[in-house]
Amino acid sequence: MNCRSEVLEVSVEGRQVEEAMLAVLHTILLHRSTGKFHYKKEGTYSIGTVGTQDVDCDFIDFTFVRVSSDELDRVIRKAVAEFKDALGNSGSDGMGQISLEFYQKKKSRWPFSDECIPWEVWSIKVNVVNLANEQERQICREKVGEKLGEKVINIVEVINRHDYLPKMPTQSEVDNVFDTSLKDVQPYLYKITYQITDSLGTSVSTTMRRLIKDTLAL
Amino acid sequence: MDSDLSSQDRKDLDKFIKFFALKTVQIIVQARLGEKISTCSSSSPTGSDWFNLAIKDIPEVTHESKKALAGQLPGIGRSMCVEISLKTSEGDSMELETWCLEMNEKCDKDIKVSYTVYNRLSLLLKSLLAITRVTPAYKLSRKQGHDYVILYRIYFGDVQLTGLGEGFQSVRVGVVGTPIGTITLSCAYRTNLALMSSRQFERTGPIMGIIIDHFVERPFTNMAHMHPCSYRTPGEDEGGTYAGIEDSQEVCTTSFSTSPPSQCVCTVSQAHFKTPKPALMATLKVPLMGLGVSQQLYSSRLSYQTPALGTVDLCHPTAFTAGAHPHQMVVPGKEGGVPQVPAQPNHGTAAEHCRIPSCPNGQSPQPAQPTSCSSEVKTVFCDALETTFTRKVGAFVNKATTQVTTTSLDLPFAAFTPRANDLEVNDPMVHPPPSPAPSSPLQGSLHSNSSSHSGGQPQDDFVMVDFKPAFSKDDLLPMDLGTFYREFQNPPQLASLSIDVSAQSMAEDLDSLPEKLAIYEKNIDEFDAFVDTLQ
Repeated sequence: MNCRSEVLEVSVEGRQVEEAMLAVLHTILLHRSTGKFHYKKEGTYSIGTVGTQDVDCDFIDFTFVRVSSDELDRVIRKAVAEFKDALGNSGSDGMGQISLEFYQKKKSRWPFSDECIPWEVWSIKVNVVNLANEQERQICREKVGEKLGEKVINIVEVINRHDYLPKMPTQSEVDNVFDTSLKDVQPYLYKITYQITDSLGTSVSTTMRRLIKDTLAL
Repeated sequence: MDSDLSSQDRKDLDKFIKFFALKTVQIIVQARLGEKISTCSSSSPTGSDWFNLAIKDIPEVTHESKKALAGQLPGIGRSMCVEISLKTSEGDSMELETWCLEMNEKCDKDIKVSYTVYNRLSLLLKSLLAITRVTPAYKLSRKQGHDYVILYRIYFGDVQLTGLGEGFQSVRVGVVGTPIGTITLSCAYRTNLALMSSRQFERTGPIMGIIIDHFVERPFTNMAHMHPCSYRTPGEDEGGTYAGIEDSQEVCTTSFSTSPPSQCVCTVSQAHFKTPKPALMATLKVPLMGLGVSQQLYSSRLSYQTPALGTVDLCHPTAFTAGAHPHQMVVPGKEGGVPQVPAQPNHGTAAEHCRIPSCPNGQSPQPAQPTSCSSEVKTVFCDALETTFTRKVGAFVNKATTQVTTTSLDLPFAAFTPRANDLEVNDPMVHPPPSPAPSSPLQGSLHSNSSSHSGGQPQDDFVMVDFKPAFSKDDLLPMDLGTFYREFQNPPQLASLSIDVSAQSMAEDLDSLPEKLAIYEKNIDEFDAFVDTLQ
């Protein structure tokens, strides 16, 4: 099974980075989250309900839909804030990439640790631009809003191809497929990483890799 | 084709498609209400949340959807469309987008109905949630209000895209293959948003010289037949005319099996929450092929209140208040409860507003009117050549309002011009009733000016009214606004700013410096404490 990889590119102003990333990541996670599974006897299970919420962006003319889960929102915001800080501190001309990877865990025998097999990776390349005046910023607000709309359409297009999705797991294996740590929704196992590229376009030698879901630290 | 599909699977599939169509309409309409939508996630399945998504059901929208479907399902050659249009306060309208739920013949026989199809339909609804916020109509709908409103229309049959203008764009939300065909959900939206007036709205002269109703709640008061689609919390409307999906006979409690996929178990239980109202059943029985029904969406302040955050929080239905408008939808020209609608959904007239009877027996609360809204409005205008209206007298005159009738309404404020048969002699604006000695200058001046006319000629062409702006009087300083303004227009300069004074006091300041320094040093602790409070 090959890992499906999708790349999205956006050019935004510095203060728009956070909202643009949130919009894209939440749109993907909306489609990759289900309700909580409740296993019953005889191997059947029922699924909880996923609520949704509209979020207006302050610096972009755009509204996106996210899953109604404050826990999940906090995790994503934290990751995006770290990425934004790294982008700001890098001293480069503001290019970076944030990746959202969905993976499955495959149990291995001791002493080998569990394997993480990605099945879908979304990479969002960000290019930060500097604008001179307020008029340009206003145009940028609208343009970035339109671009994000196109990205949402791209995401929906990919998702509705109904390519590989992990099989629904039994109760004992649910943690190998889904992130069951949240109390209201259940996204597929995911991790968010980012890279900042310097002006030469190559990764910085001290690549900062922060694993939000660190499965290797078992 | 259907021989491979078990009857249970077929029944389940039909049910899924039906509720998918209803939820699709809910999502689209709610996305155009002009407010942010918010629903809560719930870890425990309630059984009434189809496709494991919390999508609230607006009863009127469900009712309209079911009416449009009329017991049928979207199928091959039978598409369900939701048309979103914009209507300005001047009567111009424009189609913005059309959402189409279609089915083609491409079948996926191997797909599992109760498992894969269900989950993919759920995914498609999530995609619809995302895409409805991306098309241009979303931004327009968020700004609707006094200048324009957003309307929706549901129709069944052939997709009509001619009203979207040239160069319209299409976006495909998604597809789901089923054993009986492939469901496709797409949206065609207008790109040319230049508003073109398709008909000239004839402007008549002012009918009422004075606008009596100052506090207009709705921007379209002249279009009395158009009513907002008010959102009521369940149980608050008149006898629950509209049965929501939750009250319907079927509830989805889907269980999935973790056994090998071939042994998927799906139980869809039926529960009767409420006996359906006779009105609803009667409506469903009426054969209404190609029914085009228009409804009007209003911004939130007209249809329902929002919490302070500005988000429609559907987690707490008690936050809603019932819409201020108890108006139902009534089909014009209706007789005996059977709506007169064109056989084909008609673009021009279907966008006109239709009404649904509020009473189950369909007794129309108003006499039969022409179907087009413009002629209805004209009827109101034409009949008002001679009208009786009440003139409100000023706040400071204590006399009951007078009824004034005039046959000529060409001049605004025509009622105030004196006529031969005018009641000016008794007009309190000119001749106030005799009052006791004025208790305040305010009252005194009013009366004094008016009384100067009491002995005057009642047949004067002009009525002299001294300019007495309200609340401009001061008991302490008896002067009028104009005098006050003139007097204080050029105030004298502040003494401390004049150069002569400062030059003279410079020497004095220098002499007093040592004394001042001594005082400050004595109070040094006080100053330090003050500085601390500032930090």
